[in-house]
This record gives sequence, C-alpha cells and structure tokens, in this order.
Amino acid sequence: MLEIKNLHASVDGGREILKGVSLTVRAGEVHAIMGPNGSGKSTLAGILAGRDGYDITRGSVIYDGRDLLAMSPEDRARAGIFLAFQYPVEIPGVNNMYFLRVALNAGRKARGEPELDAGQFLKTVRNKLKLLEIDDDLLQRGVNVGFSGGEKKRNEIFQMAMLEPRLAILDETDSGLDIDALRVVANGINRLRAPNRAIVMITHYQRLLDHVAPDFVHVLSEGRIVRSGDKSLAAELEKTGYAGVGV
Amino acid sequence: MTDSAQALVSDSYKYGFVTDIDEDRAPPGLNEDVIRFISAKKGEPEWLLEWRLGAFGRWQKMSEPKWANVHFPPIDYQAASYYSAPKQKAAPKSIDDVDPELLRTYEKLGIPLHERKALAGVAVDAVFDSVSVATTFKDKLGELGIIFCSFGEAVREHGDLVQQYLGSVVPQGDNFYAALNSAVFSDGSFVYVPPGVRCPMELSTYFRINAAKTGQFERTLVIADKGAYVSYLEGCTAPQRDENQLHAAVVELVALDDAQIKYSTVQNWYPGDAEGRGGIYNFVTKRGACRGARSKISWTQVETGSAITWKYPGCLLEGDDSVGEFYSVAVTNNRQQADTGTKMIHLGRNTRSTIISKGISAGKGQNTYRGLVRVQPKAVNSRNYTQCDSLLIGQKCGAHTVPYIEVRNPSSRVEHEATTSKISEEQMFYCRSRGLSQEDALSLIVNGFCKEVLKELPMEFAVEAQKLLSVSLEGSVG
Ligand SMILES: Nc1ncnc2c1ncn2[C@@H]1O[C@H](COP(=O)(O)OP(=O)(O)O)[C@@H](O)[C@H]1O
Ligand SMILES: [Mg+2]
Repeated sequence: MLEIKNLHASVDGGREILKGVSLTVRAGEVHAIMGPNGSGKSTLAGILAGRDGYDITRGSVIYDGRDLLAMSPEDRARAGIFLAFQYPVEIPGVNNMYFLRVALNAGRKARGEPELDAGQFLKTVRNKLKLLEIDDDLLQRGVNVGFSGGEKKRNEIFQMAMLEPRLAILDETDSGLDIDALRVVANGINRLRAPNRAIVMITHYQRLLDHVAPDFVHVLSEGRIVRSGDKSLAAELEKTGYAGVGV
Repeated sequence: MTDSAQALVSDSYKYGFVTDIDEDRAPPGLNEDVIRFISAKKGEPEWLLEWRLGAFGRWQKMSEPKWANVHFPPIDYQAASYYSAPKQKAAPKSIDDVDPELLRTYEKLGIPLHERKALAGVAVDAVFDSVSVATTFKDKLGELGIIFCSFGEAVREHGDLVQQYLGSVVPQGDNFYAALNSAVFSDGSFVYVPPGVRCPMELSTYFRINAAKTGQFERTLVIADKGAYVSYLEGCTAPQRDENQLHAAVVELVALDDAQIKYSTVQNWYPGDAEGRGGIYNFVTKRGACRGARSKISWTQVETGSAITWKYPGCLLEGDDSVGEFYSVAVTNNRQQADTGTKMIHLGRNTRSTIISKGISAGKGQNTYRGLVRVQPKAVNSRNYTQCDSLLIGQKCGAHTVPYIEVRNPSSRVEHEATTSKISEEQMFYCRSRGLSQEDALSLIVNGFCKEVLKELPMEFAVEAQKLLSVSLEGSVG
C-alpha cells in the first residue's frame, strides 16, 4: 500500500532532516514508529500528508501505485490518507460538525459517491460516537477552539473514524492524555483496524502499545530507521531506553 | 491583460454584463440648469428644487475630503452625466408595463420582479441607473399602512413625510459627496412603517448601474414610527467597464420611540480588474437617527465590491436607552481600497452601541477601519464595545485600524479590542489534509472569521453573502 524508498528531505533550503528512510506498509498492518524528540517523526508524517516547506532531495514514496509526492494534500486525503496532527489546528468560527461534513463530502464527491445530506450525516455521527464511546460535547464548538490537549486528540480520532481512511498516520496522538483519554484513543484505533486499512502510529511511549498491539515497531533516530522489529522491540526499548538499542 | 486573465475576471464578476436599452440622459456637466432639468424631469414640487439648489450652492464651496486612506486620480465632476433613465413610454403602472428587457436584466441578476416568481418574504424596489423601475408587493404592504415605493413616487404621493424627514439625519452640507447627492439625487427607495406595525417581509432595494459615463446618486429614506419594526436590505451590481464610475448615495434612517430598523447591505459593485482598471467609486453617506427612546438601529454590511469604498454608516443615539449596532465585513482583493467604519454618537442617557468590524485584505488590497465613538456630556451611563479584526491573505496587502474615541462624561464606558491575523499555512494545510480544496479551505476559514457579522444578515441573504466572499477572494491563494 505504501512504499517509502530512501527518502531524503530537508527544510526548505536548509538542514537535512530525513536521511534515507525506507519503509513498507501493507494493508491490514499496524506499524509503530518510535524515536527521541527531534528525530524526524513529525517531518515524515507531514511529508506523507503533503505539508509544505520541505525539499525532497532523494527517494520516492509510492501509495497504491501512485507517486504520492506529486499529489496535493487534498488529493491524498481523498485517496484515503489521514494524518492525526500532533498539534491540531484551531479554526475560529467554523463549527466542528460543519467542518466534518464538508470534509466528508469533499472525499465522497471526489470518489463519485453521493454527498450526505444533513440527516444522513447526523446518523453517521451518532453511530461513530457510539462505536468510539465518546461524548458529543465537542461537536457544536469551533474546530479545536478552546479544546484542551486531550479534547483535541479525541477530536482527531473522531475525524479519523468519520473519514474512514485507508492509511491513517497518528502523530503522537497519545501524548499528554490521561488514562481515560488514552483508552478512548486506543479503542478508536482498535475499532479502525481492518484488513483493508493500515495504521502508522508515531509515539514516544510503550503505553499506547499496551493497548494497541503493533505488527511492526521501528526506531527512528536522526532521520534514519535504525532498528525494526516486532512488538518485542518496544518492550526492549521500555527496559533499556533508546541508548540500549544503540541510539 | 491576457485573454485568459480577462476570462478569469469576467468569470469571477458575473454581473459585468451591459443591458442594451434606450436611455434618457442629461448632457454631461453640472450646473443649476442640469439640476432644474433633473427636477423638472421628475415633476418635483418647488420646495424640492429649492432644496437641491441650496445643496448645490454648498457643494460648490466644498472640496473632497482628503483624510481617507484611499488614492485615486482627481474626478472631473463636469465630465459625467447626472441623469440617466431607461426610456419608457409612460411611467409603468404595474410590472406588466415594465420594459421586458429590464425585467430580463433583473432576472439575470437573480432578482425576479414578477411577484409570483419573487423570493418569498422579500419585497423589492429595483433601481436601474437613476430610476426606480418596479416595486413588488406594494399592495400587500399597503394593507398594513406600510409605504414602500420609489423616492420619486414618495415625493409625489407623500410629500409631507418626505419634506419632514429629508436631510434631517444627513444635512445637505454634511460632506462633499452628501452635498453632491442632495443636489442631483435621482431616485431611490422610501419606506414608512406606521406606529406599532411590524413589517412582515424583508424590504429590499436592488441597485443597478447600467449606463456608461454616468454616476449614480440615489437617496434612501426609511422611517419607523413609534414601536414599528422593519428589516431592509440593499444589493448592488454594475457592468464591467474600464472607466471608474461614481456612486454617491445617501441613506437616512429615522427610528422613533421603541422602533427598530435593521439595515443590511450586500455591496457588490464592479471592483475593477486585477490591475486596478475600472470599478466603482463607492462614496456613500449612511446614517440613522435613533430619535426616540428605546429605539434601535442595526447596520450590517458585507462590502466585497467597488474599486474604492468610503463609507461610515453611523447612528445618532438621541433617544434615552437607544441602541446602535454596526456589523461589517469588508473585503479588498487585487487593487481594491476600502476605508470604512462607523460613527456612534451617544447623545441620550443609557445609550449603547456595539461595533464588530471584520476586514479582509488579499492581493494588493488596502483595508482601513475608521471608527468614531463619541459620548457627549449628557449621555450618562452609556456603553460602547468595539471589536475590530483584520485578516491578511498574502504579503502585499494591508490592514489599518483608526479608532477615534471621545468620552465626555465619567459614568460611561468604552471598550476597544483590535486584532490582526494572517491565514496560517497550518490552517490551510489542516483543512486540505481533510480533503478540502484550496479554495474551499480559504472560504471556510474566511467565513469562520466573519461569522459574527454574517449571522446578523437576514437568512435569505446570508448564503449569498458567503458565496460572494468566496468569489471575491478567488485567486488570492496558491
Ligand atoms: N519547518 C522547519 N524548519 C526548521 N527546522 C525544522 C522544521 N521542521 C522540523 N525541523 C527540525 O527537524 C528536526 C525534526 O523535527 P520533527 O520531525 O518535528 O521531530 P520529532 O517529531 O521526531 O520530534 C528537529 O530538529 C526540528 O527542529
Ligand atoms: Mg513530532
């Protein structure tokens, strides 16, 4: 589904941040990417979703047989890529529900599916809320406006559930959550696990992986994947720290 | 400009067509004879001719205001024609007598004038160049004693009301453009709502400049008698022309005891092309007098058009406990310039005013908020709250905030908040990463920014206004 080959990227005109990342993700798999602060995790996530401001100096990314890097962010989203932001963005004056409906319908339209009317949309919202076991208290507020850190993360998971992506990239969605919020987020991810869907979780901590068992764990350090393994690698990291795995 | 760029502009300003119609027009130039010509054409009484000539006398001694943050070459006031009217065989008695070409024009603009096709709940007065061509739902409103007609008809049929209120809010010599309007005004709308009557539908005037080399000088007078309520909306468009055309209107509102007037404007005059060629100079004086106790006047404006906008809809809060509100969205894209805001003059006790201004600048647009809040010594316990937000799109535009605050008694309070922000790349990226196109993302963010103002518009027009905002900002990102 996703094939990253020898990806090199620098910030516009500046320092190289990714120094040859290669990663293959197949449908149905859950990958965890771990690594110290500043190792390039968010940069990788941002490049996959189409964030501006990076120079790709070498390498390629193929998604479903297409050159991902040539696609606009909206085309990537419509093709099923979803990024849960490490720092979700506030959009004052825009109702959260309305935002979601516009987003959902943009994707449906691009795929040639009929747009959902207000009634159908509301029904879908209710179903997803129930599935995720989350409250509807955030829906009528401005997008992320005045949300606590935990609420923002929960909202990202809700968006993910609504948009039903084929490749979900979660950038530290577990950071800063108390144990209840963590359970909501983990539950959301588990509900979304499916044979036709892949999930890439970027995280600092073992603790999310206690709730969501990954198929693969990778350690990113200074712009390179230095170790890959199964979930036992995460346990090893927990014990020995990054230094213990040679980082 | 290249053909494709031309196509883009034509595409984004979809009202730029010209109607081919015979017109009756005054020769170019401005002097007493021209004013007599206009007055005679309209069959006006002597007092009104005298009033016009008085205004003309004042205007000749005045000069254009220079304090606004707008720049344009000098206007040759002798080059324009001050009267242009579509030639009709006789004054139309009903819609069926109106020239079909005119009706088609309004259909094209999305304003059907046939009552059976008309927008439900909205009565329309259509002003084409200088003349009101049709007013819908007059009979229905008449049953409630509401007068809604062209200004010319009001002069003929309700002369005493016109004479009583004309110039009572905006005096002839108020400013250069108001004086010019008072001398040469052609037509416009007149509304009177009798005591205790709540007007059951939106009243609306649709202004259309069609003819070349003319100005448009309409005059609107709205009177809400004691305890009356009326919501009024004006819309405006003009053909795309390479020359600049002057639009110098005057609007006067009078609210007596316990009366309420809600006045909304969706201004979409032709803004000129991307290089700043052509477009309307919109130099307008609008003012409302809250003359009675507990009266209320709300101005809501969405200003997306015009090459230059110069307008400050204000409220004279004369009655005790009266309320004035001003909600504004002003967009400047390409080379558009806007210097707009409000004047809230607190005269009565316990008077209150609210100002919410949202300025959006894109391209090389320049947007200035200029607002005066004056609280006079007798206006004890008065309050004002002003919030002034500017949004910048791109690097070459500008936003300016110029508040004037004068408080002349110790029991009153005035609050002013101002912010300037840029649409952030991260906001755009967030929306796009959820599947929204660049244009939709921009439109969503901008509409969110303007929400507090847009929600003040009558329902029927809020959706239109949102679309208009998107169209006005086309090409400003990417
Ligand atoms: N736009 C940018 N401009 C300059 N430096 C950047 C930019 N984005 C990221 N960096 C730098 O790149 C490195 C990796 O950042 P990031 O991908 O956010 O790391 P992580 O998510 O793993 O903590 C850091 O040193 C960070 O300061
Ligand atoms: Mg990060």
